[in-house]
Amino acid sequence: MDGDQVKAWEALCIEEQPPACAAACPLRVDARGMAEKMAAGDFNGAMALYSRVVPFPAIIAHICEHPCEAVCRRAEAGGAVRIGALERALVEEAYPTIRRSAQRARKPKTIAIVGAGLAGLTAAFDLVMKGHAVTVFETEARPLERLRLDIDSSVLPPSAIDADLGALTSLGVDIRCRQRVTGGGSQALGDLIAGHDAVLLATGPGPAVQFSETLRLTAAGRIDLDPLTLATSLPTVFGSSLHSGGDETYSAILSVRDGRRAAVSLDRFLQGASLTASRADDTATGTCLYVNTARHAAVPPVEPADPVAGYCHAEAMSEAARCFPCHCLECVKACAYLTHYKTYPKRAVREIYNNDSIIMGNRKSNRMIDSCALCGLCQELCPNDLAMGDVCLDARQSMVDHGHMPASHHDFALRDMAFSRSDDVAFVRHQPGHDHSAVLFFPGCQLPASAPRQVEAVYRHLCDHLPGGVGFMLDCCGAPAHWSGRKALHQDALDHIRAIWEDHGRPRLITACSTCLKQIGEFMPDLPVASLWTELAAIGLPDHVAARSVAGPLAIHDPCTSRHAHDVQAAVRSIATLLGADVRELTGAEKTTCCGYGGLVSFANPEVGNAFVDRRIEESDDDYLAYCAMCRDNFARRGKRALHLIDLIFPDADDPAARPDPGFSGRRDNRLRLRRRLLRDLWGESMSDPVPPVALVIADAVRADIERKLLLVDDIAEVIAEAQRTGRVFKDRTSGHLTTSGRVGTITTWVEYEPTDAGFVVHRAYGHRMQVEVKP
Amino acid sequence: MTGVSGDPNTPDLVCGSCDKPLEMRKVEASYLGQTFPVDLPCCPSCGFVYVSEELASGRMLKVEQALEDK
Ligand code: SF4
Ligand code: SF4
Ligand code: SF4
Ligand SMILES: [Zn+2]
Repeated sequence: MDGDQVKAWEALCIEEQPPACAAACPLRVDARGMAEKMAAGDFNGAMALYSRVVPFPAIIAHICEHPCEAVCRRAEAGGAVRIGALERALVEEAYPTIRRSAQRARKPKTIAIVGAGLAGLTAAFDLVMKGHAVTVFETEARPLERLRLDIDSSVLPPSAIDADLGALTSLGVDIRCRQRVTGGGSQALGDLIAGHDAVLLATGPGPAVQFSETLRLTAAGRIDLDPLTLATSLPTVFGSSLHSGGDETYSAILSVRDGRRAAVSLDRFLQGASLTASRADDTATGTCLYVNTARHAAVPPVEPADPVAGYCHAEAMSEAARCFPCHCLECVKACAYLTHYKTYPKRAVREIYNNDSIIMGNRKSNRMIDSCALCGLCQELCPNDLAMGDVCLDARQSMVDHGHMPASHHDFALRDMAFSRSDDVAFVRHQPGHDHSAVLFFPGCQLPASAPRQVEAVYRHLCDHLPGGVGFMLDCCGAPAHWSGRKALHQDALDHIRAIWEDHGRPRLITACSTCLKQIGEFMPDLPVASLWTELAAIGLPDHVAARSVAGPLAIHDPCTSRHAHDVQAAVRSIATLLGADVRELTGAEKTTCCGYGGLVSFANPEVGNAFVDRRIEESDDDYLAYCAMCRDNFARRGKRALHLIDLIFPDADDPAARPDPGFSGRRDNRLRLRRRLLRDLWGESMSDPVPPVALVIADAVRADIERKLLLVDDIAEVIAEAQRTGRVFKDRTSGHLTTSGRVGTITTWVEYEPTDAGFVVHRAYGHRMQVEVKP
Repeated sequence: MTGVSGDPNTPDLVCGSCDKPLEMRKVEASYLGQTFPVDLPCCPSCGFVYVSEELASGRMLKVEQALEDK
């Protein structure tokens, strides 16, 4: 896989972007994570998240201006989450659970901080946590004096200040009050600089002319600071940015951020690291995380029963539960595959790329890569149009190219494709009595396998209504090879179709299958191709087909390969309506889901394949109307009543919605039979019916088990016939059953059977790929 | 019960051609170019090896998948 392409894919998925609340918080407090924990009653866990980034939880919970609330996306559905009130409830209940311990530095550096306001003390906190020895010099009699004077104690109780200060001093910060640092004299800045590894001036806004001897000042008499690093003109001295005289409206949380920014610079300086290298922008706000707020019903904020005391535990839990929490995951919610792997595209793309890059060792994600249906729904839903199917297909092609594609994932499907393309099945003819084809009908491999009689009927209808000769081509469009990443095999199938098309005078192609239509349109855009359904809508239905009342409404399921085929979608709906069906929409065509056949997911991962079908089935109790044979048969296989559009036009039974899934063995038989019947009846060729090697008796449950194991009845018959010829069997002396095995392709197929008058009763069959033999 | 494998699920099998009860033998298993020895019941005369469904869909499948992901 191409690394740049992978990076571009990764960049499209914005699920890992921060939620609006965290992006707006100057400290990047994870309000989403806290709310999730509080909603679950885990206040201690929430407190751990909060106190990891907030140096003074008690103070900040009371006085932060919470810019997070101004941008909270819940505002679009009932009102912003009251994050500030939640933080206060958290402090109220869980403050004593805060556990902090400073790192131990081998050679602690000494740092002097001038000013015990929020900025200075935040820097003191961050630096002492890093293991440095910090001394704070404060002019006033108490630290944080400004908070005590300026903020009413009903807003910020003195006990909150005392608690946070107590915690700070117990970490080892030495706070010395009534110590005015001056330009010269007894407590001169010059002495502090000389006596410490680094100094931070956090004296608050305003001119600092007293330091003019030591530091370069601005024209306004403020300390000249680098806005990004807060460095002064002296290498060991830093300042807090309020000196720079920008916006001087007081903000508690911005003071904390300034102190933190200074602490980062001091620590980098003391470690000899670059002050600027890969430094996150702590002023950035806003996020490109996509949140579909329309999905959520409006819920108003919780009002505390006692507004003075704030939220009680239960109230805080319900308020926290109003946080969505913000995520994109639009694709994940809709996709059975991503849901199954509990992942989202950004992470999945990385995992897939890592899997591709492994030189030695286990490729753990092979099956995951082969479990995407390549259905395109994610791209439809993604705000940035990321197509996971493109990623998975690219990875599959790389696996095949490098010989890492597990043989078992697609063997069966490719063998089925080879069968459809073999001389046993495939054929092409001009319309009987014609030596030219204006049109070539290409029913695909699955509709003939599911509804062979209807295929014959519709072909006769086309012959009657289209001029210039309608040829017939039974073959495969190559989709399974494409989905499995086999580029050469895929190309071979396409080349074959093209050669036939040339050979037959470049007729217009008509496909019955959406996948064939998409394949030909995408890979051979110069071939004129149309859908059977648009064609039928144009030429009309057979005369004998009259509108009849279909029992009950039909919920229409579009195949994922018709997602963007608007003309086909419309034609199908108009035909069904013409036939008297009351057609209801499920998700609508553009947001349709895969039936589990797409991308060969059912072969590589039957569990995920079934999850696709089962999810879809649950969407409506109505009978389903499909126009892809695999969709219809998969619904039937999982117990859903479903019709193919062709069943409406040419009903083959009283209740076509109850038509069972023919299964893989049945599909093969149907193709063989259709070929024989058409060649005999329409083209008058002599066809002999094949004689089965042995007559088998298989109970329904055994047959379903054989299907589930991807074994074919024909192969089982061959294995039994061979055993009967050679006598190579095991005999169970208790039951009298015989057991034998034979190699079929890459599988050793075992059959336990019993000869009876009615034929050989198959009791069970199973297979393995490994070969075992006694060493010679 | 022949008891060859000590597995109570092993049916009471004899080789149809040789009419001999099966015995545990060291046989060679191979997949994707890797070979390794394994003990399996087989006919002592003709060497026809028996693989039960439990083995095929259990341990054997696991090994096959592990080799495929190498
Ligand atoms: S809903 Fe939750 S995650 Fe989203 S912005 Fe609001 S608090 Fe943050
Ligand atoms: S199965 Fe479909 S929706 Fe899911 S990731 Fe693959 S292409 Fe996207
Ligand atoms: S829709 Fe999916 S791929 Fe797109 S941004 Fe959201 S999570 Fe990522
Ligand atoms: Zn024998």
